[in-house]
Amino acid sequence: MHYTFNIERGNFTDAGQASSSVKRTLKQLGVDPANIKRTVVALFEAEINAVAHAYGGTIDVDIDGEKIVMVVADEGPGIPNLDLAMQEGWSTASAKVREMGYGAGMGLPNIKKNTDDLKIDTQVGVGTTVTMTVYLT
Amino acid sequence: MTIKEIATLVNGEIVGAPADDLYEVKKAFASDLMSDVLRFSMDETVLITGLCNNQTMRTSEMADLRVVVIGRDKQPDEDMLELAEDSGITIIKCKYSIFKISGILYGAGIAPLY
Repeated sequence: MHYTFNIERGNFTDAGQASSSVKRTLKQLGVDPANIKRTVVALFEAEINAVAHAYGGTIDVDIDGEKIVMVVADEGPGIPNLDLAMQEGWSTASAKVREMGYGAGMGLPNIKKNTDDLKIDTQVGVGTTVTMTVYLT
Repeated sequence: MTIKEIATLVNGEIVGAPADDLYEVKKAFASDLMSDVLRFSMDETVLITGLCNNQTMRTSEMADLRVVVIGRDKQPDEDMLELAEDSGITIIKCKYSIFKISGILYGAGIAPLY
């Protein structure tokens, strides 16, 4: 099964809709609750990152019997120092993003913790593509 | 402790999804930082927060939270209430500060998340 969602820059009213939709689908498919939890936490963090930092993008989710692959691709500023961004507590979030309850510097570390495989391709001034895989077996 | 018992203790009002009388709350976590909420398992846990917006509900949905106490007399808007109902999350609106809510629930036997 394949699902695609759009990400709109700075739209915190609707941010999380894609993750919510995926969560409902995984529940309907009878996926183990622990795997649902780590899938949607990782996807939600990536979705919020894209809404907070990028100029727009897409989310593609592929689900089969063995794994869930989620690709969050954005056009945006990119991540200048990925090693720093992976550290807990390091953040470049704006005041607006912090007002929404984010910007604690836990996004990418949370994604890493909740996925079995994480690949981040980023280019400064172009954008970032985060590919996350959760194995179901 | 039931959700209704928590509401009574903090002199709060239940809104959003109806309280599930069978859901037992044993622990609490107080935070306005939603990424911190997503770091931990929230089983049998009530979130105490002063953050009152759609993202409070979205984060709670992802974290599998069933009950959230919104302190500091913050008022959830219609969008937030709709998200809560859709996600099966009970909101307890409360006029007390986060510190006071936390103290009351701790004193009543609710354990810290860690």
